[in-house]
Amino acid sequence: MPETHDIVGRANREGSALFQQWFTELGQTAETGGQAAYVFVMGSMAELLRVFDLPIVMPEINSLQTAVRRVAHEYLNQAEDYGYSPDICGYVKADVAVQLSNGKHPMGKIPRPALAVLTNACNTYIKWAEIWERMYHIPIFTMDIPGTRSCGAQTWPGNADFENDCRYVLAQIKELISVCERLTRKKFDIDRFREALQNANSMSRSWRRVLELNKSTPSVFNALTDGTIYLGVSNGFRGTVEGTKYFANLIEEMEFKAEHGIGTLTDEKYRLVFVGVPCYPLFRRFNELFSEWGGTFVNSTYLWFAAGGVNQEYEYDLNRPLESFAEGVLIYVRNAMDAMFYQSEALAQMIDPFHVDGVVYHPIKSCRTVSTGLADNRRALMASRDIASLFIESDMMDRRVVSEAQLKNRADAFFEGLASRRLATAR
Amino acid sequence: MNEKIFHEWQNRSLDDAIYECRELFEDTTFPTVKRWRDRGGKVVGHFQVNFPEEIVHAAGLLPFKVRGAPIEAVQADSRFGSYLCSILKTSLELALSNTVELEMFVTHPICDAARNLAAVWGRNVSYPCQILYLPQNPNSPHSVIYLRGEYDRLKRSIEEVVGREISIEALRNSIGVFNENRALIRELYEIKRETPWLVSADEAYVLVALAGLIPREEHNELLRTILPELRARGTRAQDKVRVVFEGGFCEQPPLDLIRAIARSCYVVDDDFLIGLRWLLEDVSLVGDPLTNLAEAYLEKSSYSPVQHDLRKPKEKMLLGRIRHARAEAAIITAAKMCEPGLEEQVAYTRALDEAGIPYFVGEFEESMTGFDSIEIQLETFVENILFS
Repeated sequence: MPETHDIVGRANREGSALFQQWFTELGQTAETGGQAAYVFVMGSMAELLRVFDLPIVMPEINSLQTAVRRVAHEYLNQAEDYGYSPDICGYVKADVAVQLSNGKHPMGKIPRPALAVLTNACNTYIKWAEIWERMYHIPIFTMDIPGTRSCGAQTWPGNADFENDCRYVLAQIKELISVCERLTRKKFDIDRFREALQNANSMSRSWRRVLELNKSTPSVFNALTDGTIYLGVSNGFRGTVEGTKYFANLIEEMEFKAEHGIGTLTDEKYRLVFVGVPCYPLFRRFNELFSEWGGTFVNSTYLWFAAGGVNQEYEYDLNRPLESFAEGVLIYVRNAMDAMFYQSEALAQMIDPFHVDGVVYHPIKSCRTVSTGLADNRRALMASRDIASLFIESDMMDRRVVSEAQLKNRADAFFEGLASRRLATAR
Repeated sequence: MNEKIFHEWQNRSLDDAIYECRELFEDTTFPTVKRWRDRGGKVVGHFQVNFPEEIVHAAGLLPFKVRGAPIEAVQADSRFGSYLCSILKTSLELALSNTVELEMFVTHPICDAARNLAAVWGRNVSYPCQILYLPQNPNSPHSVIYLRGEYDRLKRSIEEVVGREISIEALRNSIGVFNENRALIRELYEIKRETPWLVSADEAYVLVALAGLIPREEHNELLRTILPELRARGTRAQDKVRVVFEGGFCEQPPLDLIRAIARSCYVVDDDFLIGLRWLLEDVSLVGDPLTNLAEAYLEKSSYSPVQHDLRKPKEKMLLGRIRHARAEAAIITAAKMCEPGLEEQVAYTRALDEAGIPYFVGEFEESMTGFDSIEIQLETFVENILFS
């Protein structure tokens, strides 16, 4: 039986160490001029790229790190001086500045891309990769994943439309394998691929279990702060033994906390769900606006889409690895997209099992993929459920459009409303 | 439906006919759509940029190009966040205000904002709304097969709306109608390019834009009548700079802005409403119509910031457009908050710098009303070229 002080907080410590390890290795790749693959969190194709020993760079994570470390404005200014508009994605601009600075980044040196693999889960991925194509003349591969056509109209294996999509994804996976073989001069090893799939299966199962465990009262982790650490490991170590081990430990910690009634806050008063992308320029402070009132985030759509959609139940079939990978990529990435466009139903369904008191919508200037439909989503959710909600706009990168005072005013008013609601219910 | 829904231009002089076209274009109540519906017709709205209108046409429905409007987004504004382009809001406003009534709405994953439209629209209306997933990896040899399947899925959705099957003959007939339409628009662009003094940029724009408002047969008749009259126009050439306008692929610049540009420039090519000219050649009438449409989309098509194709680097395509049109300069614009357009501006301007081609950079919004400042800036730009 582990001691409380050994196990509680372990995932955050181990996650931080793994992050350091990841960036150290990337720094070594940069110094030695080794090959690296640039990928994105929604459909990273990491399972496949591991087979070719390609270190994975996630520019979204690099960019958000500049904001968390409060230097994003330096990068944004550099990209804007280069010509990029203040009105485009801040992640793109921070990365452009990293590239213009020869990989200089607060966490170490980022290697140049030898290959970029992107999905269409976010259209900006495509425009972003075109920038690298122009800068480095590298192969860029668009893994096109058709999404859900209309609300509630997802198709599944066996359906003719699903199979049309799946054949398209499978064909592209085979084309990507050829690209990787040419680039690395390594032959695709199906057994190593199976191992990566097996690890990914384990991590995805664990991810779902971790999310599930936050139904506990008090909640065992904060989806906005702790969750972002888990998310980083989930993306950066997908398909690896380290990632699998990390998540096994994480589950042990969360189960321990659930069993012993150990929460993230000493006095959890309000259980909240976060919808959107975190406010990285004020990362800790943003959370405090809620935690100071006893509010904790028990789940977030960010933990669905930014995890590449692996909150959706699916496991790769190791007996038909390529076909199943195609199926899984299609189902996972589609689910990630659904978590951005069609999430109101899923939110409504989690209110009771997660004992949710309120939903916080956080649209941001930088990301239209996530933010465009949030106001309408909120209307739909409130029409279907009697639930308190807060709608606050800021940004994930650009502190020029983040006003702490305004955010605090809105959050304070929200909690006053929650308190009145609770009083009214108690009467 | 034999009775025409736009007849005001008929039996009029060229200038009067163009005036009527402009009146129709600027009418934000979209009267032709209403007339079509009053006669029992059904309408499928499709958002910018490109859409296989032939499939809707073959079902006997009116394909209506949803491209926003210079109106106030009274109801739609509350459905969206703050940092968005105008076209998204005003397009939804047309639906929420019942200005345009549809039987079906289709959007595309052209950008992060537009792909949200099917979900937002679908939560606010009772008719089916969907995304047509045009391939974003046209470099995959499998993309034609995929797109053929996607078009077939769309066809089945439309068949549900209309309540009957769309035959292969009907599809071929529609492809023929649209082939003629594209050929006529190409001819109009040839007039613009070779003899720009015969048709101003705003006139040409209106003539093309009506394709999204009236049945294609009527549009074909309109162009068949007007193009020879344009060629016979006695207008004399003026000392204007030949420019290419880039940035009108989705949200449309106000007509008055185009007119303001036309006062000092000959717009010899552009990407206004590029979806109406997306296919560069006739679509084959032999074989499977859906495969032919899919092949044409992927293999015989133009370019835009919202289609990624390794074979078509946008800045090289722009330089090609400038060369082909023998333009002396470029006007590089983007709609406000249009991420693809704004991102592409960087590549465009750098390529133009390298090629030594002068350019004018600007932003617009469909509802903007003041053009004095931009006109003065443009005049200065033009004078610099003329007197350099």
